[in-house]
Amino acid sequence: MNFWVMLLIRVGLTLAIMLPIALVVIFGELKISAHMQSRIGPYFAGGRFGWAQPLADGLKFLQKEDLVPGEADRTVYKLAPYVVLMGTLATFVIIPISPDLVVRNLDLGVFYLLAVSSLSTLGVLMAGWSSANKYSLMGGLRAAAQLIAYELPLVLAAIGVAIQAGSLSLNDIVTAQASWQWFDAAPTWLNGIISPFMILQIVGLTIFLVASLAELSRIPFDMPIAESELTMGYLTEYSGMRFTMFFLGEYAGLVAMAAVAATLFLGGYWFPWVGDDALNFLGPFVLLSKVMLIAFLFIWLRWTFPRLREDQLQTIAWKWLIPAGLINILVTAFFKVVF
Amino acid sequence: MTTIDPRAAMHLADAAVSIELETPDMTLNIGPQHPSTHGVLRLVAQVDGERVNSVEPVIGYMHRGYEKLAEVRTYPQITALTNRIDWVSGFANEVPFVGAIEKLLDIEVPERAQYIRLILTELARISTHLVFASSYPLELGASTPLMHVMREREHVLELLESVTGGRFHPNFNRVGGVKPAAGGGSTMKKLSQDLPAGFLAATEAAMQNVMDVCDDVDRLVTGNELFLARTVGVGVIPAAKAFEYGVTGPNLRASGVKYDLRKVESLLPYDDFDFEIPVGLNGDCFDRFVVRVQEIRQSVAIVRQAIAKIPAGPLRAKVPRILKVPQGEVYVRAENPKGEMGYYIISEGGRIPYRLKIRSASFSNLSILPWVLEGALIPDLVAILGSLDFALGDVDR
Repeated sequence: MNFWVMLLIRVGLTLAIMLPIALVVIFGELKISAHMQSRIGPYFAGGRFGWAQPLADGLKFLQKEDLVPGEADRTVYKLAPYVVLMGTLATFVIIPISPDLVVRNLDLGVFYLLAVSSLSTLGVLMAGWSSANKYSLMGGLRAAAQLIAYELPLVLAAIGVAIQAGSLSLNDIVTAQASWQWFDAAPTWLNGIISPFMILQIVGLTIFLVASLAELSRIPFDMPIAESELTMGYLTEYSGMRFTMFFLGEYAGLVAMAAVAATLFLGGYWFPWVGDDALNFLGPFVLLSKVMLIAFLFIWLRWTFPRLREDQLQTIAWKWLIPAGLINILVTAFFKVVF
Repeated sequence: MTTIDPRAAMHLADAAVSIELETPDMTLNIGPQHPSTHGVLRLVAQVDGERVNSVEPVIGYMHRGYEKLAEVRTYPQITALTNRIDWVSGFANEVPFVGAIEKLLDIEVPERAQYIRLILTELARISTHLVFASSYPLELGASTPLMHVMREREHVLELLESVTGGRFHPNFNRVGGVKPAAGGGSTMKKLSQDLPAGFLAATEAAMQNVMDVCDDVDRLVTGNELFLARTVGVGVIPAAKAFEYGVTGPNLRASGVKYDLRKVESLLPYDDFDFEIPVGLNGDCFDRFVVRVQEIRQSVAIVRQAIAKIPAGPLRAKVPRILKVPQGEVYVRAENPKGEMGYYIISEGGRIPYRLKIRSASFSNLSILPWVLEGALIPDLVAILGSLDFALGDVDR
């Protein structure tokens, strides 16, 4: 009984905290893209700065008819958005928010993370297949091809971090970054320098960010949606509530990926020269600002670049990212063993 | 002698064939309602996965029967139709049409009117190419250039509006010259009010903005690695093929052919100006993009020179109130922003033409689609389609 109540509270809290953050990122995207394009962006909703625009959009979508194409596979079609959202939200469970605050501290954290984050692609494939629309189908297949190409670099980048930290648990990875130690037996002067993995694992960080862009289907890797090619890809037939789910899932996924990257590479909730007691209070804000930093990077890239082609994406993944990831692992392991 | 059971042999042959999965082509209807067909073009594509095996363009969704409509309208009335053919460059469509009538009537257009026509044609060209420079990156997924370029295009449209009163459909040309400018009063009485006050200064300012935004485009788009990856070597049209299909305009020049009607034969005094004809090297999507951006710069140069030496004088030759065109045939063509645009008029005398044939650039440019899209990937299909820069109104008329 107690276990289930606690679980419910934790899941509820995760939803209650993470979904508003996704809304903030949506608002950020609206505003930042507007300013990049010499527009003003949302202005009226909510009174000031149009802060309520994502809410207003969501409410509008809820009022729209929930269309299901006649030829569609109804069950799969209706289920798909929730699979996408679920896969994304499940990621939040293991993100340490402060030294003491984490929904579940899994020993196999990184492993769980990578397994769960690929679930949402399953939802995308379901959506593409069940829509009974050729554009949707192509979008779904592109998403599947993209998943195969980009799970690997993602995993390889994370393995580098796991080797360096000596653990797969996200809490331990954060602690390792907070330890001020580059390697166990590194010279003392070196160990006095702050050491988030973004410095030592810079290759890993780059691979991870590129791969997560592809995983999130954002420009320059938004081929599964590719508005000008496939109208809206797997989203073509969706409307109303279910479209909102996809939309929310997309941004929740962005927040999740940013949170994972922040935890793995930027030190998560940890901030130098702040003690553990203070971090219990400040940790969430530190993590949030790191998440926002990465989210800003994603938004910035999206509104700057054109879209790549599917075959070019595969080339980047297989010819560049995966070899680079393997070399990164080798070098990391070498230093780990030598020192 | 061993005999082979024919049925077993067939079975074996079947087995050999079925090792390769039989995947029939999928028919994909691209358009008429599709984000990248710029209106109502429909492409019936046979695709094998992402690869396009063949494409059949289906046009006519925007056929408005202008050639037929022209047969029941007086010549001045038809001018209003012509600027709706390629709505993006409305003004440039009018000029060859009134030029054709002037040729039939043997009217000498006053020099100032010719200069005004030339300036406004070049402004229309700048505006058209700016639309291309803004929308083409959008086809490739980059949405930011759209806003920056459209903002400067707005200044150009404002210039057009200040003179003609219309942004897209100026309807400003008259047989024998141009209309008195908006708010300018009657031409005959007030010669000084032909161009609105401050027009020349405003044009200079707008031209500077256009040049700046061209530099922005070069920085944001042309040099972008991802843009290069998507466009270089994609949709190559060799010059010989371009000739075969009657491709004209920037699409032809991107294939390396230095052919511009402004230099060859022109109604307007282009000989008075110094300008280059930018040409491409390979005839791929990238060249078509770069050629157009370069053409904007050349047009700016022309406009600047024209402002500097626009002569004074009347705006319109003496033309009878009721225009009666003598019997005869005439074909007049001009370099439209999208390519060669021509009007073939058959007159049997009187106020309305017997027949009007419009040779529009986009129609001929599109005819190369089945050839150039064969074997392309779907993302390349979008890139190639966009790079040909057509307006559906110009295709269907």
